[in-house]
Amino acid sequence: MSAPAANPLPLLERLPVALRDACTNWLPESWRWLANSLLSIVAVFVVFATLFALLTLAERKILGRVQNRPGPNRAPLPFLGLRTYGLAQPLADGIKMLTKEDIVPRGADRVLHFLAPVALLAFSIMTFAVIPYGRTLLPVELDAAVLYFFAAGAATELAIFMAGWASRNKYSLLAAMRALAQLISYELPLLLSVVPVVLVAGSLSTSVIVEKQGAWLFGILPQWHVFTPWGFAGFLIFFVAALAESNRSPFDLPEAESELIAGHLTEYSGFKYALFFMAEYFGMCALSGMGVTLFLGGWQAPFPALGFIPSYCWFAAKLLALLFVFMWIRATFPRLRIDQLTRLAWKFLVPLALVNLFTAAFWVLSAGWAGPLAFARWVVAGALVIGPFLALGRRLSAGLGPRSYRYA
Amino acid sequence: MLGSGLLQGLAVTAKNLAGSFHDPTRYVTTEYPEQRTKLPENYRNFPFLVHDDPADPAGTLRCVACQICEKECPPQCIYIVMERDEKGKALKRPKVFDIDISVCMSCQICVEVCPFDAIKMDQEYELATRDRFGGLLLHREDLSKSNEYYHQIHPTEAAGVDAALAEQKAKQAAAKAAKAAPAAPKPAAATRSTTAATPAPSPAAVTSPAPAATPPAAAPVPPANPPPTA
Amino acid sequence: MSLAFLLIAFLTVATAAVAMALRNLIRSALLLVASWAGIAAFYLWAGAEFVAFAQVLVYVGAISMVVLFAVLLTRPSRDEAEVTPASAGRLLPALITGGAVLGVLVGAIVGSPLRTTAKPPPPVTVREIGLQLMGPHAAALVVVGALLTVALLGAVVIAATSRPADPGEPR
Repeated sequence: MSAPAANPLPLLERLPVALRDACTNWLPESWRWLANSLLSIVAVFVVFATLFALLTLAERKILGRVQNRPGPNRAPLPFLGLRTYGLAQPLADGIKMLTKEDIVPRGADRVLHFLAPVALLAFSIMTFAVIPYGRTLLPVELDAAVLYFFAAGAATELAIFMAGWASRNKYSLLAAMRALAQLISYELPLLLSVVPVVLVAGSLSTSVIVEKQGAWLFGILPQWHVFTPWGFAGFLIFFVAALAESNRSPFDLPEAESELIAGHLTEYSGFKYALFFMAEYFGMCALSGMGVTLFLGGWQAPFPALGFIPSYCWFAAKLLALLFVFMWIRATFPRLRIDQLTRLAWKFLVPLALVNLFTAAFWVLSAGWAGPLAFARWVVAGALVIGPFLALGRRLSAGLGPRSYRYA
Repeated sequence: MLGSGLLQGLAVTAKNLAGSFHDPTRYVTTEYPEQRTKLPENYRNFPFLVHDDPADPAGTLRCVACQICEKECPPQCIYIVMERDEKGKALKRPKVFDIDISVCMSCQICVEVCPFDAIKMDQEYELATRDRFGGLLLHREDLSKSNEYYHQIHPTEAAGVDAALAEQKAKQAAAKAAKAAPAAPKPAAATRSTTAATPAPSPAAVTSPAPAATPPAAAPVPPANPPPTA
Repeated sequence: MSLAFLLIAFLTVATAAVAMALRNLIRSALLLVASWAGIAAFYLWAGAEFVAFAQVLVYVGAISMVVLFAVLLTRPSRDEAEVTPASAGRLLPALITGGAVLGVLVGAIVGSPLRTTAKPPPPVTVREIGLQLMGPHAAALVVVGALLTVALLGAVVIAATSRPADPGEPR
């Protein structure tokens, strides 16, 4: 994590690293690495915890506005009594969660009941380590960063099982099984949609993937992966799988109120529930961050003229846009049933992701085509993406159509 | 195209989201208690007593303590005690007029049967109180509100009631004048021939049964059909 | 032997031992998962990042699910997730079998020519792993892929035909 010595970056760009160095430069060399790592951990955690608080508020406000009502706009600041358009609502929610009684069922496995939210949160936070937040802001530079990200994400599924099992509640267990089935089903499209990115970029390292998206076509069009046929399809598959992996609507069967109370979270109250909630939002942020890195060009600016805006601002803008789309989708679509979920994953997304891999391979092999052949390359790749999508979609929704009602 | 339904759905929600900032039909929340919706004119909650002069509310109460509303009230939530002077003679005023609004079911029967347009329906709904028994028992002072207030909450109805009362008063005044008028020429008419009915008493003879008949008929008719308002 | 190695080894062996000793089967399974995570830590200590992440992804992420589902779905009721206690008659065969396995393992470890001074590991990047897999070891990769495909197809076949179809019930 050091700025290149040849051409120094502008001040705003250098600011976070400069601040960190100002804090730790007085330490001896051997301790500096540890202090830098700790500082970056603290910074990431503070930023995403604040983002979590604001996201809960933003979600409620956005859902409210879509539903023709204001969101929460009443919670005042504690001793000032000043209403702030709802900005103090996360504070009020936090105080409520902290002061609630922590109820553990009598026959529950106390150790596992306590460990489940802890493990979930730990693994969710670990996934933040490999996302490049800016040009010089990558907490851990790993050669196999993408693999690390998905490994840490897969370990979160274990915590959901622990939560369902430890509650000593057959409905929690059933819901935990369903949640696991959903998570396992959508691991496959998630990973398969990322493989073409690795194929094209030639590396598993997130910083290399972001740098490979740094060129501009004809000087103005960004060459992000989402602007290629396989990248667009891959992004959509990744996005749907990310929705399902973070248990967000329309795949929020595990934790919907009308489904077995709260699913595997039924026996959790107070702060542990808040931790589960936090882990879900962290998962959402981490997957959005990875989506931005892999498909939307990471911290790259869309036009070279806008390069003066610091890279972490671009990353933040793209991340917030993706999170807004998460909420927009939650406000729009009804929930999927468990059999509809799993059918969507196995019968629709997995075949499309495999075809997308093939399309990306064709794209890489035809990289040398130029002139009119470049146009043909786009047409062939586009056909390879759209054709199977339409064909598979038509075939899967063959018997279904607008309902016709016959009244007696 | 496959998936176009999903995009249309997203467009609808986006329209709602953007519209909620500038379009009143897409933001239908009334932020109570800072804002309150305008109640329709026909809205009613619990009854109140009308007095005509705010300077003397107790003296100008229209209620004469006839106790018709007490007897007609289905859940029997009205309790009236007539004011009597030292000799026991009934002064036509209520000493006690209590309505228990925890019992009142807002059926408006008391309003319908009142011959004097004394009790009408109020629109006050913020009556929550911490005192379960005493706080929900409204006394004469709480119930007594002015005619101007009645005009504010039920303008059409109040205008009709005022017109009816004015007409009634005019008829009574005319009847009184007619009664006073034949009293004077009566000894003079007795000396004249009894065959010819003088034009002076005949309008009095014609109108005298009418005032006797109209007061009971005039009172219920105007309030019974308030014109429907939007 | 560095402190990190000793710590990782102790944690791995301890969680595995406690997993064997516990009565509650689910807790044993979860402690076994912890020992697999310890092995992943060992790979990280040895410098093999790719293998470590693959270990976590495969073992902690997927095989743990298989083990837990298998334990849960084959138990008639929750209370029977406990293992039946050992009896005296089992002691002698247990000692003989355990001792035999221990003897074989110890003999193999002691008898194999391990260097006493370890060379620093060569810097292996993911790129080199990929080139090795696609080059000299491509045949092994294809065989493993074929094996996994056959296993998946077999699982699908078993799952699809295991339940005898009821005459009136739609499949």
